[in-house]
Amino acid sequence: MDQLVISGKAYTSRLLVGTGKYKNFAETRAAIEASGAQIVTVAIRRTNIGQNPNEPNLLEVISPNRYTILPNTAGCYSAEDAIRTLRLARELLDGHDLVKLEVLGDPHTLFPNVVETLSAAEKLVKEGFKVMVYTSDDPIIARQLEEIGCIAVMPLASLIGSGMGILNPYNLQIIIENARVPVLVDAGVGTASDAAIAMELGCDGVLMNTAIAAAQNPVLMASAMKKAIEAGREAYLAGRMAKKLYSAAPSSPTTGMIAAGGKNQAA
Amino acid sequence: MIALSINGKPHRFDNGINVAQVLEKLELKGKRLALERNGEIVPRSRFKQEMLYDGDKLEIVIAVGGG
Repeated sequence: MDQLVISGKAYTSRLLVGTGKYKNFAETRAAIEASGAQIVTVAIRRTNIGQNPNEPNLLEVISPNRYTILPNTAGCYSAEDAIRTLRLARELLDGHDLVKLEVLGDPHTLFPNVVETLSAAEKLVKEGFKVMVYTSDDPIIARQLEEIGCIAVMPLASLIGSGMGILNPYNLQIIIENARVPVLVDAGVGTASDAAIAMELGCDGVLMNTAIAAAQNPVLMASAMKKAIEAGREAYLAGRMAKKLYSAAPSSPTTGMIAAGGKNQAA
Repeated sequence: MIALSINGKPHRFDNGINVAQVLEKLELKGKRLALERNGEIVPRSRFKQEMLYDGDKLEIVIAVGGG
């Protein structure tokens, strides 16, 4: 059976989804259900104090008993903040050590800061975290993150929340060819075909949030993404035909054709 | 009285208060959360022993939607 293995655990779904930007928890739940995702990202934020003490908690909607929760460091701009956030996440999730590291470099574009990312990854690995790391599509940085001990490398397809799709399939291909850990595209997917292309390139999975949550119908888009990931994976495993500018070999037989000309032309 | 900073906002409590008591006063008792005191994690199992002092800074976090 074709499975994605992350930190020793096998998953049948290669689609990882975020929980941000949904209208409400009901929509979050329905979209995640439709996506078939088994690994779900969450952010770590200050709790409200003194307002809505009975407000439902995300982890009651997305139960850690059912899903592998992947806490992230979204919004962190330094290695120090990212590390503090993930220590809190580990405490929050009862010692759970699988995390998504992302250190951003610029609030305007949300480009990753790879220098801080490398520094944070090194410390987190030493502290025993299983680090899935968001990074640029630079193959050398991807390799260094793997050498540090990250358990998955997650290059962007394009910038977070941009929906621009896969801008540099060649870099992704180089990263995939050289990696010995799972490579997942994280960020930039806009619609189902983008996800399928990522999988056809040989990615082990795709992580997305906005492409589903910001669709006009998030639940339907979640279902589309599930199929696109499966279709792309199967196409990759099947091995596509070679591209050529034209073909002298039509799909239908070239023999057994009826006689040239009709009855009007018959002698 | 002691002054604490909790999630960046000032709060005042009686002397000799511990983390568990502060969480109860903030109506956060029993919630799934994690807590940092002056930059260091306080494990849930230590909430009752962990005494708080004037000027302590607490960060109390939960999981929220995110990608």
